[in-house]
Amino acid sequence: MKGLSDATLGHLGEVADWPDLSSTKYEAASVLGRGGMATVYLAHDRDLGREVAIKVIRLPEPAPEIAERLRQEARILAQLEHPGLVPVHDLGTLPDGRVFYVMKRVRGRRLDEHLRDERALSARLRLFERVCETVSFAHAHGVIHRDLKPENVMVGPFGEVLVLDWGVAKLSGDGDAAGPASGLVPGPPTTAHGTVVGTPGFMSPEQARGQPVDARADVFALGRILESMLADHGGPDAEGPARVPRPLASILAKALAPEPDQRYPGAREVGEDVARYLSGQRVLAHRESVFEVLGRLATKYKTPLALIIAYVLMRAALLFWRGR
Amino acid sequence: MSGFPPTRLSAVREAASADPETRRRGFEALVGAYWRAVYKYLRFQARAAPEDAEDLTQGFFARAYEKGFFDRYDPARSRFRTYLRLCLDGYVANERATARTLKRGGGRPMLSLDFEHAEGELSNLPPAQNADPDEYFRREWVRSLFAQAVESLRQRAREGGKEAALVLFERYDLEGPDAAEKPTYAGLAAELGLPVTQVTNHLAWARREFRRLALAALAAQCGSDDEFRAEARDVFGVDAGR
Repeated sequence: MKGLSDATLGHLGEVADWPDLSSTKYEAASVLGRGGMATVYLAHDRDLGREVAIKVIRLPEPAPEIAERLRQEARILAQLEHPGLVPVHDLGTLPDGRVFYVMKRVRGRRLDEHLRDERALSARLRLFERVCETVSFAHAHGVIHRDLKPENVMVGPFGEVLVLDWGVAKLSGDGDAAGPASGLVPGPPTTAHGTVVGTPGFMSPEQARGQPVDARADVFALGRILESMLADHGGPDAEGPARVPRPLASILAKALAPEPDQRYPGAREVGEDVARYLSGQRVLAHRESVFEVLGRLATKYKTPLALIIAYVLMRAALLFWRGR
Repeated sequence: MSGFPPTRLSAVREAASADPETRRRGFEALVGAYWRAVYKYLRFQARAAPEDAEDLTQGFFARAYEKGFFDRYDPARSRFRTYLRLCLDGYVANERATARTLKRGGGRPMLSLDFEHAEGELSNLPPAQNADPDEYFRREWVRSLFAQAVESLRQRAREGGKEAALVLFERYDLEGPDAAEKPTYAGLAAELGLPVTQVTNHLAWARREFRRLALAALAAQCGSDDEFRAEARDVFGVDAGR
């Protein structure tokens, strides 16, 4: 007597979860990725003849807050137009009650994967700056991501950065503050007060305690991302642990301060301080010694300094030659 | 429309009912859902000979009914299938330690379980060596759950005049994964003289029904909504035969 084989079990588990998009203009083709709550499918838009990505809740009977969370994510993304955010095209409900939304199909690698091949510190910091720019844009519109981590950042083939997975994002003040000022349509809160959402290791202390959070919770997570980017820069063959320049260590310390009041007020300020470091300006989070000031200025103005020194040496040599 | 069966009744809750008739009905539903996984688990994880595994399966369910094993299940502490497996482990260890001669069904009328069928499945599906006990039990339980849903689907298709959908489901989704040459929608359409769109429509219906029936069966085997959702996430959309 033959039972269902292991291969058939796997196939049935897969096809039974396959979204029934027969009433839409989309046709699912393959699975792009799977999270705890939702699956992202590669799909074809028959009307426009283009590839799209469709995110569908995996739960058979989504708890109302989970379904609302996906709707909220779609609405937030649809209203935030930024190169660092994936554009949303559509939002709907499958015949079996599962909520889905359709977004642009993006290509790239997760930040943590990308960093394996990108060892140069300056290139990593420029990527980090772009992450900060995107998150800063969201903060300016009253949106807090609440689950920033390298796995939720995608780096495209041309170095473009996309911040993904806004499923637990929150409107400041649960919508009130984000309403008229930000232009965003406030929705119901996606999580009950006291509910802990986010990823351990990247969550700020107040978020881990289930306390109310603001943009400074994202600053903490950005600090963790920066920390991971600084951890092994320079390459796997570098001797000893990677040396973190002191100004960057100060940025890290400020972003990762246990108390929100001690951190940067938002992602924009973190990104700006990193940009200052990259352009040889003084990092606001760092108190420089005289030697550091001289060293920084020498690095920043190394070309004119080299020309002046060469000129002085040449003059001195000329005077010396004439005096003989 | 919700994906959750609207008239679901949890067999787990029924099995703990004070009403004898409800309790018996719930218990029978649980036996129907789990006995195959229990038998196979005993055969390959507890390394019992076929006859011993039959005795232990019968004895376990008889003891569970008599001692109210399932009444004590707390959904807040574990999933039901994990609880059941732990009860089974305890029962087997106890039986072996005391080296008691098992009386079939503890002297009660024996449950009508088709062990020959289960043994036939085992001969076709040799278990992986050194499989994790919990994972083995989970996989056999999923196999039993899906087999139950497939059987219900067959019945529904025949009653509803959906024979074509059933044939396609059997060819593409049940036999296809093991076929040396995987069937294609176009190939099946040509063979059955149907347009490809009709093949996909039939398959969509059959898969939707399969999903609904499997979820209904799953809901009956869970003690809480949270457990149901967690189990459904594990069973669907992942490689259920992993």
